[in-house]
Amino acid sequence: MALTAVNTKKSSQPVQNEEQFVYNTKNLNLWYGEHHALKNINLGIKEKEVTAIIGPSGCGKSTYIKTLNRMIDLVPGVKTNGQIEYRGRDIFSKEFLVEELRTRVGMVFQKPNPFPKSIYENIAFGLKIHGIKNKQIITETVEKSLRGAALWDEVKDRIHEPAYGLSGGQQQRLCIARCLALEPDVILMDEPTSALDPVSTLKVEELIQELKEKYSIIIVTHNMQQAARISDKTAFFLNGEVVEFDSTDTIFNSPADSRTDDYISGRFG
Amino acid sequence: MENTARVKSEEMVGRIDGRLMKNKVIKGIFLAATVFTSIILIVLLYRIISQGAPYLSWDFFQNFASRRPEQAGIKAAVIGTLWMMSVVIPTAAILGVGTAIYLEEYAKKNALTRWIQMNISNLAGVPSVVFGLLGLTIFVRVFGFGNSILAAGFTMALLVLPVVIVAAQEAIRAVPKELKEASFGLGATKWQTIYRVVLPYAIPGIATGSILAFSRAIGETAPLIVVGIPTFVAFLPSGYLDSFTALPMQIYNWTSRPQIEFHNLAAAGIIILLGVLILMNSIAVWIRNRYQAR
Repeated sequence: MALTAVNTKKSSQPVQNEEQFVYNTKNLNLWYGEHHALKNINLGIKEKEVTAIIGPSGCGKSTYIKTLNRMIDLVPGVKTNGQIEYRGRDIFSKEFLVEELRTRVGMVFQKPNPFPKSIYENIAFGLKIHGIKNKQIITETVEKSLRGAALWDEVKDRIHEPAYGLSGGQQQRLCIARCLALEPDVILMDEPTSALDPVSTLKVEELIQELKEKYSIIIVTHNMQQAARISDKTAFFLNGEVVEFDSTDTIFNSPADSRTDDYISGRFG
Repeated sequence: MENTARVKSEEMVGRIDGRLMKNKVIKGIFLAATVFTSIILIVLLYRIISQGAPYLSWDFFQNFASRRPEQAGIKAAVIGTLWMMSVVIPTAAILGVGTAIYLEEYAKKNALTRWIQMNISNLAGVPSVVFGLLGLTIFVRVFGFGNSILAAGFTMALLVLPVVIVAAQEAIRAVPKELKEASFGLGATKWQTIYRVVLPYAIPGIATGSILAFSRAIGETAPLIVVGIPTFVAFLPSGYLDSFTALPMQIYNWTSRPQIEFHNLAAAGIIILLGVLILMNSIAVWIRNRYQAR
């Protein structure tokens, strides 16, 4: 069943089988009070890929990614219209509990936000809130998650020390490990390296390349070069609309829309 | 053009001496205010301690009140205050923190909650004697507790409740929203986030504010007078519905006696009271420091 073409005349979208989409957004509109922040978003995201969302400040990319795991619910005065399906299930329906959605879809935030607890307890947090009490399972999962986030070797001798003692880059990898503990399906990343130094940024980018073999990753970034480096597909957002969505190669080398071309070449943004 | 620019610059430099002088003078005024306040505090403490210290004997703690100053002691008052605080602290803490959690985390921000908030802030400024009247009517008469520990304890708890609520609200509000987002992002429910992230972070602030509120409860006299707490009690309470006396009442009683010895005893009682207050404040500061180091 081919996906019908998107609304704007100039944008393009690879025609794909809907069943392959881990996230399918259909005609999504979102308002912050009177402000129309997302306009008719149509986007089908494939699994086990890195999908980057780029665009200038205020274009709606953070808003969009927060809607995918309904973190936007925490913001008062938000209205939405349209549909987002996670593996075919409507995420706004009453039957789909938001706690379940967030268990399957993890999120890494712009500023690393570990809990003021030990490294161990940070990762155990996700397990404990889901009722897992068995100490052995928790300890094994902590190690597995830290290995998965390429952090184990650096912290294995101090996992009971406070997480705040880690460097910024390590804290962000800890936050990634915290997500991995719940064995999510999708990991959402909202500008995960914008607060990190270049060395840590590179480490996280390498990690993302490893992670995409097991997880679907959607990453918002204002750093175009980063999107070009690590993503398979890229969506260009402008003023709340998806201007173009295609393979990263196409977006950066032969974009169909002139606005995309202008943004990529730095003529604005 | 260049000349006027240079003249302006010279003017500005010329002003600097005057501004620095003003800076010095104002700093001097603030210093004087601090010194003045410190002097008053020191004089107060000196007077109390010199008057009351000689009367701090072991007997003072062991004896009950008496018509004879040589035999008067503070035992009943200290024990009574402890009994009363054992009602005040849990009541104010549970009601106060519960209210703060509800207002900060669950209630919708609308006109009703704003109205409730305003009332709570206003209650913090209501004279304590009014709470005494409230306690007299509700706890002593309507509930029928009489002038007991329970009545006095509940009255005092209501007196300090607004302060506890506001302190707890501030502490809860201070929790960075990034931590709550992290918790929700992992699929936690609202209560789990409050219990595992918000409260642990807010406890030091809540504890500090609450302890300061409780130290007020220990020293207030007016509500106790209105509720009808006696000033001369020669026994220890054995239950919450028993009558009792408290430190402030005992001190008040002794100061209103004609004999000088009783005034000195009152000073001794005040030293005890100050000691307890300093102890409580020190605990509050210790808690705050310990958790801030994290």
